[in-house]
Amino acid sequence: MDGLEFKPRIVAFLCNWCSYTGADLAGTSRIEYKANVRAIRLMCSGRIEPTLVLKAFSKGADGVLLCGCHPGDCHYQEGNYRCLRRYLLLQKYIKQIGIEPERLKLEWISASEGKQFADLVNSFTETIIELGPSKTKQTITVFK
Amino acid sequence: MAGDKPKLKLAVYWAAACGGCCVSVLDVHEKLFDVVSAADLVFWPIALDTKYEDVENMPDKYIDLTLFNGAVRNSENEHMARLLRKKSKTLVAYGSCAHMGGIPGLANFSTREEILRRVFEETESVVNTDKIRPVPEYTAKEGVLEIPEFYNDVRSLSLVVDVDYYIPGCPPQTERLLEVFTAIVTGAELPPKGSVVGADNKTQCEECTRKKSENKKIKKFYRPWEIKDDGETCFLEQGVICMGPATRAGCGHRCIKGNAPCRGCYGPPSGAIDPGAKMMSAIAGIIDEKEPEEISRVIEDIADPGGYFYRFSLPVSLIRRKVQ
Amino acid sequence: MKKVIIDPITRLEGHGKIEIFLNDEGGVENVYFQVPELRGFEKFCEGRPVEELPAITAKICGVCPGCHHMASGKAVDAVFGVDPPPTAKKLRELFYMAHFMHSHTAHFYALAAPDFVVGPDAPPEKRNILGVIEKVGKEIGTEVIKQRRIAQEIQALLGGHQTFVVMNIPGGVRKGLSEEERDDIAIKADGFVRFAQFTLQLFEDVVLKNKEYVDIILNGPYNLKLHSMGLVDSNNKVNFYDGKVRVVDTEGKELYKYSPPEYLDYVAEHVEPWSYLKFPFLKKIGWKGFVDGQNSGLYHATPLSRLNASDGMATPLAQKEYERMYATLGGKPVHATLAMHWARLVELLYSAERCRELATDPDITGKELRASLGPIPGEGVGIVEAQRGTLTHHYRTDEKGIVTKVNLIVGTTNNHAAISMSIKKAAEGLIKKGVEVNNGILNMIEMAFRAYDPCFSCATHCLPGEMPMIVEVREPDGELLQRFVRD
Ligand code: SF4
Ligand code: SF4
Ligand code: SF4
Ligand code: FES
Repeated sequence: MDGLEFKPRIVAFLCNWCSYTGADLAGTSRIEYKANVRAIRLMCSGRIEPTLVLKAFSKGADGVLLCGCHPGDCHYQEGNYRCLRRYLLLQKYIKQIGIEPERLKLEWISASEGKQFADLVNSFTETIIELGPSKTKQTITVFK
Repeated sequence: MAGDKPKLKLAVYWAAACGGCCVSVLDVHEKLFDVVSAADLVFWPIALDTKYEDVENMPDKYIDLTLFNGAVRNSENEHMARLLRKKSKTLVAYGSCAHMGGIPGLANFSTREEILRRVFEETESVVNTDKIRPVPEYTAKEGVLEIPEFYNDVRSLSLVVDVDYYIPGCPPQTERLLEVFTAIVTGAELPPKGSVVGADNKTQCEECTRKKSENKKIKKFYRPWEIKDDGETCFLEQGVICMGPATRAGCGHRCIKGNAPCRGCYGPPSGAIDPGAKMMSAIAGIIDEKEPEEISRVIEDIADPGGYFYRFSLPVSLIRRKVQ
Repeated sequence: MKKVIIDPITRLEGHGKIEIFLNDEGGVENVYFQVPELRGFEKFCEGRPVEELPAITAKICGVCPGCHHMASGKAVDAVFGVDPPPTAKKLRELFYMAHFMHSHTAHFYALAAPDFVVGPDAPPEKRNILGVIEKVGKEIGTEVIKQRRIAQEIQALLGGHQTFVVMNIPGGVRKGLSEEERDDIAIKADGFVRFAQFTLQLFEDVVLKNKEYVDIILNGPYNLKLHSMGLVDSNNKVNFYDGKVRVVDTEGKELYKYSPPEYLDYVAEHVEPWSYLKFPFLKKIGWKGFVDGQNSGLYHATPLSRLNASDGMATPLAQKEYERMYATLGGKPVHATLAMHWARLVELLYSAERCRELATDPDITGKELRASLGPIPGEGVGIVEAQRGTLTHHYRTDEKGIVTKVNLIVGTTNNHAAISMSIKKAAEGLIKKGVEVNNGILNMIEMAFRAYDPCFSCATHCLPGEMPMIVEVREPDGELLQRFVRD
């Protein structure tokens, strides 16, 4: 990328109760983190459908972050376990279809973990920068 | 079927197909005579004058109904898809290949280069020291020989042209085709453009006769040969991957009647865009583990997620081919 | 140089095209039979669990899906090092006999019969199944459709899905047969035998009693001396489901007899830049180009070659017909391409008889449907006779049974070179200076490849079964001299 700086596009799906609040906290406490993240708020991480994740990649996301409440803290009891199982399955599938599994990450973030959220975003952004831009969008639009 | 109405002009065309869709049209058996009396077949390469030029000479929208089967795999398929779109009032993507890419669509896990190399240079029986490959244009000593260009990518019909209806299935059940055909011939009102017809709106599971409990829970997945199927219990509950939850009903669950799990040829039920994503969601719902290591152990046994969940639909799925 | 194009001639794992180049004297310079279609199963089956292949590879061809399902099922058994129990094997074979009934019936009535029953020179609009029905009566037409339907019902009963059966599982089959179902099949099989006998009688009355037709069969431009391949049982009798592959030379002498895992020592494939289909040949002889005769490396794998390569049929009525055929045609082996139609009917009778045998075999309702599997050794070859030739599936897997390599030599592919040459011979015999290319000539050329039933002339031809053609004769500068469309 000589000269042209790669600005990764990262989509973060955040559970409303813990993670989104955590992210919010990071913002209000002015903890600095990379501004490449587009956050999408859902009621629970259990609502993160595999379709949403795949769609994000197909529309050009370089990385996708999934965040939910810590195990045991989900407001809908088991939503985050469901998310975990989907995540692990998706990992296996995206690897098969040629997307580096490192581009998809799941972390538990509580409402008070603003700093952790900022750290997570920063380290994930680093990972994605190392991986370079995702070829997904380009590949799937190439016909013939 | 009104007597004074002009006969329906019907065309059937295969692109990258196996012939099974055409056979399914013929499997009307004794009803063949009814079909022939209600419709004039104006183009059907296996049966009638095939010359593409004759289709080109037809006025636009000359054909009332075209059943297009097969995926779009090469330049000839693409040309015919465009031509038939122009000449047809109603264009139906008939069968899984035209609908979703079908089995040939599994080739989107590889590239053109990989396929040509494997087939013409590497297979165990091939003797090809000069690494000869078929080329679209070859000059033999007598003259030029042409064959279509083999594309890198398999596409469904709707990725190439505008499609009016979809009749799913590999191949579609003949009775379902007859229903649609009769509806068209009798002038019954058709569903809105873009609909899937000749199938149900429910999932395979909702119609399946195997015994199932409300709350499926799985601690281990098995390959079909690893279990002794009891012939009665839901495959998923026995731990065998079955695409039932993510597949549209309408085939009469014919594979399940043969004691084989569904592989999804009828495509996703209405509302679902990506059958594989829907299936992953269903599977995540039944794995009875909470610890990441345990979940990973269960998932480990799903030997080929891409091949199971997108057996017939890779080219129309969200990530429609292997990323490279 | 002038060029004649017949495009498309339709199905053969896709579409087919013939290019005939004429020389300046107006004779035939060369003929190319091109297959423009490729789907790449050899590649995209990689990564799939091996037990999924019988269902996936069946989708190579919707006309003979049962053949791929069987060859694949056997290759998978071999991968798991397992021999299915007798009941399972017999159920598979029973299914397979129904599949042969279905396919051979469709081929004879929809494709071959129009040429003989209606006549090679009849107008094209008559030369189709409807024309046949007109000539022989609607009852017979209905009977043909009915027998084909019954055969398909048996397939669905045994295999779940009427076209794409799902019966094979490593080590056996997924579903058994009840006593009532068996009784029902036995009755239907009786009907098959009567129907096959009737068909042979029809052939006798319409073709063999007509000297002109016999002449076309024996003397027309339809002779091609190639080696013959076919699967035989331990008594060297024709078998479709199991056995060893036997190859006899153009004089009828046994050249080789190999079991499935040895196929690579005997068969190899050649590539030409103008067709997506490869050209198999006998490896020990080598690729010698498109030549026939005792020194050629080419073979054919067809109903006729199966009969040539065997010592007879394993069922009594078919054996009688086998003997009669060779006695009438001047002894074994026969090289008359059109005799394939007769051979196919001998096979039809065999399938019917074998179907009846199996339906009354006490093992057929057995309860042991699957054998337990050994460890996964990782490699297996399965061979059956498809209607259109010897069919080989060869798989390699990793230690988990995930496919790493697939090689396929499918029925019609075996005959790619043979079909090209038959067309060439027919064209050479028919297209001459001063002779106008007309309907009759085109049909005569077409008869050459139709005899092979090369998958495009399959069950799907049930409807107005006419092979459409267009012939363009051009000057070297491309100017159109003569254009002929047949519909
Ligand atoms: S949908 Fe199935 S039956 Fe139809 S052409 Fe494709 S593979 Fe064959
Ligand atoms: S998962 Fe399969 S076997 Fe179970 S109910 Fe659904 S369709 Fe039937
Ligand atoms: S059971 Fe599933 S795979 Fe089988 S025909 Fe029905 S939809 Fe297709
Ligand atoms: S509410 Fe936060 S993960 Fe369920």
